[in-house]
Amino acid sequence: MSSSSAFNDDKGGSSSIGEPEYGHDPASGGIFSSDYKRHDDLKEMLDSNKDSLKLEAMKRIVAMIARGKNASDLFPAVVKNVACKNIEVKKLVYVYLVRYAEEQQDLALLSISTFQRGLKDPNQLIRASALRVLSSIRVTIIVPIMMLAIREAASDMSPYVRKTAAHAIPKLYSLDPDQKDQLIEVIEKLLADKTTLVAGSVVMAFEEVCPERIDLIHKNYRKLCNLLIDVEEWGQVVIINMLTRYARTQFLNPNANESLLEEGTEKAFYGSDEDEGKEEKVEAAALVAKRKPYVMDPDHRLLLRNTKPLLQSRNAAVVMAVAQLYFHLAPKAEVGVIAKALVRLMRSHSEVQYVVLQNVATMSIKRRGMFEPYLKSFYIRSTDPTQIKVLKLEVLTNLANETNISTILREFQTYIKSMDKDFVAATIQAIGRCATSIGEVRDTCLNGLVQLLSNRDELVVAESVVVIKKLLQMQPERHSDIIKHMAKLTDNIQVPMARASILWLIGEYCEHIPKIAPDVLRKMAKSFTNEEDIVKLQVLNLAAKLYLTNSKQTKLLTQYVLNLAKYDQNYDIRDRARFIRQLIVPTDKSGALSKYAKKLFLALKPAPVLESPFKDRDHFQLGSLSHLLNAKAGGYQELPDWPEVAPDPSVRNVEVPEWTKCSSREKRKEKKVEKPFYSDSEGESGPTESADSDSDTGSGTGSGSEESGSESGSEESEGESESDKEEEEEKHKRKSKSRAKKSTQESEGSEPSSEDERKKPPKGKGPKAASDSESEEEEEEEESSSESSESESEGESESDTDTRMKQKTCASKPPPRQPKKETEMSLLDLDDFEPTPSPQVTPVNNFVSSSLVTDLEGLSLSDSALSPAAVSPASGPVKSYELLHRITGEGLSVSYCFSRQPFSHDPHMVSVQMQFTNNGDTEARNLRIQEPKLQSGMRIAEFPEIDVLPPGETVTMVMGIDFSDSTQAANFQLCTHTRKFFLTIQPPVGELMMPVFMTENEFKKEQGQLTGMNEITEKLTLGETCQGDAAIVQRVTSTASLSRVPCGSEMECRFAGKTVTSGSLVLVTIVTREQLVAQLTVNCEKMLIGTMLVKDILQALSQ
Amino acid sequence: MIHSLFLINSAGDIFLEKHWKSVISRSVCDYFFEAQEKASTPENVPPVISTPHHYLINIYRDKIFFVSVIQTEVPPLFVIEFLHRVAEMFQDYFGECSEASIKDNVVIVYELLEEMLDNGFPLATESNILKELIKPPTVLRSVVNTITGSTNVGETLPTGQLSTVPWRRTGVKYTNNEAYFDVVEEIDAIIDKSGTTVIAEIQGVIDACVKLSGMPDLTLSFVNPRLMDDLSFHPCVRFKRWEAERVLSFIPPDGNFRLVSYHVNAQNLVAIPVYVKQNISFFESGFSGRLDITVEPKQTMGKTVEGVVVTVHMPKVVLSANLTPTQGTYNYDPVTKVLAWDIGKLNQQKPPNLKGSLSLQSGAPKPEENPSLNIDLKIQQLAISGLKVNRLDMFGEKYKPFKGVKYLTKAGKFQVRT
Repeated sequence: MSSSSAFNDDKGGSSSIGEPEYGHDPASGGIFSSDYKRHDDLKEMLDSNKDSLKLEAMKRIVAMIARGKNASDLFPAVVKNVACKNIEVKKLVYVYLVRYAEEQQDLALLSISTFQRGLKDPNQLIRASALRVLSSIRVTIIVPIMMLAIREAASDMSPYVRKTAAHAIPKLYSLDPDQKDQLIEVIEKLLADKTTLVAGSVVMAFEEVCPERIDLIHKNYRKLCNLLIDVEEWGQVVIINMLTRYARTQFLNPNANESLLEEGTEKAFYGSDEDEGKEEKVEAAALVAKRKPYVMDPDHRLLLRNTKPLLQSRNAAVVMAVAQLYFHLAPKAEVGVIAKALVRLMRSHSEVQYVVLQNVATMSIKRRGMFEPYLKSFYIRSTDPTQIKVLKLEVLTNLANETNISTILREFQTYIKSMDKDFVAATIQAIGRCATSIGEVRDTCLNGLVQLLSNRDELVVAESVVVIKKLLQMQPERHSDIIKHMAKLTDNIQVPMARASILWLIGEYCEHIPKIAPDVLRKMAKSFTNEEDIVKLQVLNLAAKLYLTNSKQTKLLTQYVLNLAKYDQNYDIRDRARFIRQLIVPTDKSGALSKYAKKLFLALKPAPVLESPFKDRDHFQLGSLSHLLNAKAGGYQELPDWPEVAPDPSVRNVEVPEWTKCSSREKRKEKKVEKPFYSDSEGESGPTESADSDSDTGSGTGSGSEESGSESGSEESEGESESDKEEEEEKHKRKSKSRAKKSTQESEGSEPSSEDERKKPPKGKGPKAASDSESEEEEEEEESSSESSESESEGESESDTDTRMKQKTCASKPPPRQPKKETEMSLLDLDDFEPTPSPQVTPVNNFVSSSLVTDLEGLSLSDSALSPAAVSPASGPVKSYELLHRITGEGLSVSYCFSRQPFSHDPHMVSVQMQFTNNGDTEARNLRIQEPKLQSGMRIAEFPEIDVLPPGETVTMVMGIDFSDSTQAANFQLCTHTRKFFLTIQPPVGELMMPVFMTENEFKKEQGQLTGMNEITEKLTLGETCQGDAAIVQRVTSTASLSRVPCGSEMECRFAGKTVTSGSLVLVTIVTREQLVAQLTVNCEKMLIGTMLVKDILQALSQ
Repeated sequence: MIHSLFLINSAGDIFLEKHWKSVISRSVCDYFFEAQEKASTPENVPPVISTPHHYLINIYRDKIFFVSVIQTEVPPLFVIEFLHRVAEMFQDYFGECSEASIKDNVVIVYELLEEMLDNGFPLATESNILKELIKPPTVLRSVVNTITGSTNVGETLPTGQLSTVPWRRTGVKYTNNEAYFDVVEEIDAIIDKSGTTVIAEIQGVIDACVKLSGMPDLTLSFVNPRLMDDLSFHPCVRFKRWEAERVLSFIPPDGNFRLVSYHVNAQNLVAIPVYVKQNISFFESGFSGRLDITVEPKQTMGKTVEGVVVTVHMPKVVLSANLTPTQGTYNYDPVTKVLAWDIGKLNQQKPPNLKGSLSLQSGAPKPEENPSLNIDLKIQQLAISGLKVNRLDMFGEKYKPFKGVKYLTKAGKFQVRT
């Protein structure tokens, strides 16, 4: 209250501060002496030990600051109170401190220790506020302290403190840019944060500190996209703007070859597009010829899909951000969705309207069709502010075309009568533009404008003259009467620009009005001295032109005018006069130029193009300040052009997060807190979302339905999980995980074209090889074996080698359970041969290739010690994974595969067969494994050290890893004599088990014991290529190391296995119902394994 | 992002300044004053002004200019939207956003601004969080505070910022649990001289006043939700539910808030509730003019049209008006040249009429344009689009709340061209 009285007293604007302020204040009445020294009273109050007095003083000080008065001399008195118990006093002291610390650096240091103590407080809110104030104090000396505080806060348990840390980063950066590198480290760390609270703030810090480090975004891209809807609105704006730039560098232009799309089957979808420059189409077609058909990167799609709901935000800035994202990134057919939202924004405050209209004006030039349905929303009301009116007019003009021009012109007609003259002038300009762009209405417009020439308002007339001049230039011969009419206007019109325009027009077309033109010149010569400069120049111009065409009548007049101009005050006019005289009046001295005078003056001038001022503004990112100003603002980041070739999309792949990670209760609780709100977990939302993705890629089907499967699974797991909370949390985590997985899959599917291409050669080889002689085949085999480790997608040939290798190893170490498998062998005969070609081989090729495989099998078997057990029961196509690329490995490449053989030294280990190839020129020595970093329970049995690997050689080694029944990765170092490589092996869930032979009865009995929460059932639709028993068996066995269990029913397939470490049974049943519908049941003691297996099998079967 | 904020009254005094980064001298506002001088009306001041070293982004609201200083690239709407939030927050705290109320509560204003932005980036803009941090002033509290010396700053640190529902306070308790919803629709229209509709559309909002204890989860369903074409939601509304089932499901903020705003599907013809017959003409001779306006009800769906006001911005040459209304009162302000005719309720049988002469400035040419009429009106208990709330369900809490829905139709930007 007292602060208000202080205010009123001071209203007079007197610069003397404070004197009468406290006199009226009842609270402070008796305490002070009558000493009028500046602020002494306040100091005294601050020094007192009553909180109420301190508060009173602080309030007054803050009121002074608010008014912009200097209160810096109180600094010592105020800073003492930084540790005050009263929370309001404390807050106000903070306000003061932040305001004046920069000026009083030394004294400010007194307060630092308080904040440092605050940083250690157990209450997260106090830690956050201490960091906030500490980082706001702009004192260079504490930069190291700030850096340390930020680093610590970045790994704080509380997301709120981490958010504050993100906020502090740009503060420190502006204080000391040298800290950039260290700050980037912190940003990188915070970018990986999975909470919505942090996301917005850290991206903001990223934008301010290191917007050029786009590489930091890769790994977090998908996470940001998925979190976006739950981030607070201001963060959304920043993230969307950043992602727009990111997408421009990483994805291909979706509109680059739209003409191709339009011609093709998509016509139905894309047909609605109209206006698109023909040249552009031609250009695009040319490009298309070179380019492959465009397939949108699933990540690109993800961004578009996840931002779309935000068009419904109440925050205009968010809507605008999404709109610009769609404008810059979406395929043409999809951009339309933003129009409605933008039109909605125009209902908002006039400032919002102003900004939105600026952007709509730019957009409507490029994508007119988008706003056409909303034409009427841009109609102008007489109560609109002028700047809004002019912008609306701009949009209306941009939207004008043959069909709507009549309505637009009718609207314009009402506008011309407006009282707002600036607006009328703009309307006339707009009519001129419509007339030039739409030929049909040119005459109508011209007539209308000519009528305006008789308007009483001079401004209107002048503007009309200028516009008419431009229009006439297009077809002058048809309008000599208008030119005559305008000639008459010179008597009345005073606006210089209009007079100049008329004179130019008469001069230019003097042959159309031979009688009037000299007369006009006569009049102008009379008033020459009183004219404005631009008019004088045009008079000279007119005189020169008339002299050239009609020298008989105008010779003297021209001389006269030139003489007048010769002594004009303005040197431009004197110059011009001299120049013209030399050029047109023939003298002895005049050079060659005068011969060409006529050509110079009466050359045909190109008609002017009336263009929108908003043309080409779209090279600025829409919605930005720079776009609005049409000038680059400081700190503006250019919107990059689309790349010609998309950079590697796999950079965005993220390792699948683990369930067992972050097991501490604290973290779990936090996660629960951020349960997303929009995409809430109320059951139906999950499937809806995945349904979306299905339509895009098709590969998502399996994982989509799997998602709900895992949910139901976890619901059943109540017995295991401790509480409901935890269960929910797990569900959530699982969901996010499956989402992450899905996206990985999507990205894999994103390059089918390239993959197909790569696959073609082996496919083609198949049939050919079959007809060829065996020896040739063998040669080829060898060839491929030497280079097999180079890429994973070698497919056929490689997996062959693998099988062979494996058989070799197996031969020497016969598996323990041989007899069982023998019986199984006969049952699985078919499977053995069928699966060997890569799964993508079409059924037509199947026959040929499988026979080829038989041949190969024979071949390879013949050179190993033939043993029936050597053919592993589940020898599906063994996928090989790259462990070390030859480029990163400096010539050394390593690939591995799960050979599905029991590891001889330890039955609880999964055997991993590693293939080392030396592609370099020098030999690699002492290859060995070091320092495995393993999750608890995991073990590694290393392979014996390889002494020497000569260039070009390949060596295969087997090592065992006990993954302890989890899909967590095993990390270790591979050492050569020169270098160390950090490597990671992550097993697919199917490799964590080994086949078990069972009879039908045993199977049923075991299954009976594993019901309830240990049973997961899923419906699925079989993929096109996955029909029939054989195909199913092949798919399943290739996905998981299981063996088939004999079964009476034709419609049923059963598989059994057990996990390698704990030996828990894994039972899989697939019942085919109709043509393509099937039901999958997995019974497993280990729930996690079960759910993950369901997912993998589903995916394999639905492809 | 936002560097500093200056509040400037219509007289051009800077009465508050706040800096979030280093201090920027208030002389930067001179550029603003320059632009203000150029603009004819406050509405015409360009929202973005470029100066050699800074950019000024300003809004004009409640006769106060909020001028923010920007140094680097930032989406202008971001700043504009934020400034409006600030103004709304003042409104929320002090009941009005005026120079006097801001000056009276300068300390609270300062504390608010401090919390809303951190280093120029928005930190807490949800009213519920802010109210936990800084309690709004009430008469009682200010009396108590002066006596006891206690403060407006919350003793407990707010937890709202950390929760999943940042817009809701925790531990809300009411003795009367009530939830009221106002469906307010505005008709935006331009009517031609001849009485034909050039453009007419309906914009609606649903404002809520929810005072419920605990953490209620509400579901609001409509009889005809498809009417709502283009919506924007309060962040509390679950978007997926709306997409899938067309119901509004949300955990409400405490107190007053705007739940959704919507646009009624453009295909639906808009019923124009009134018909205006007008004839305004000016004569060259005698420097006079004639005015004759009749307002008739039309398509009111059996409801009474109330609060009808016709406003006319006369051309500058109109000096005075001598008119007779059959109903209501009229007033002509010769300074602003605004003629306002306050009619009140519309009578079905006897349509109100305003008739008489206008006198013009002698010697001046007669105005070319006839001024357009702006109509204001209200219809209680009617949503002109026909939108109807079906039911409101509450989950999550045991008590039974009072529920209520009110409908109101208003004229938005309703203009009749003459």
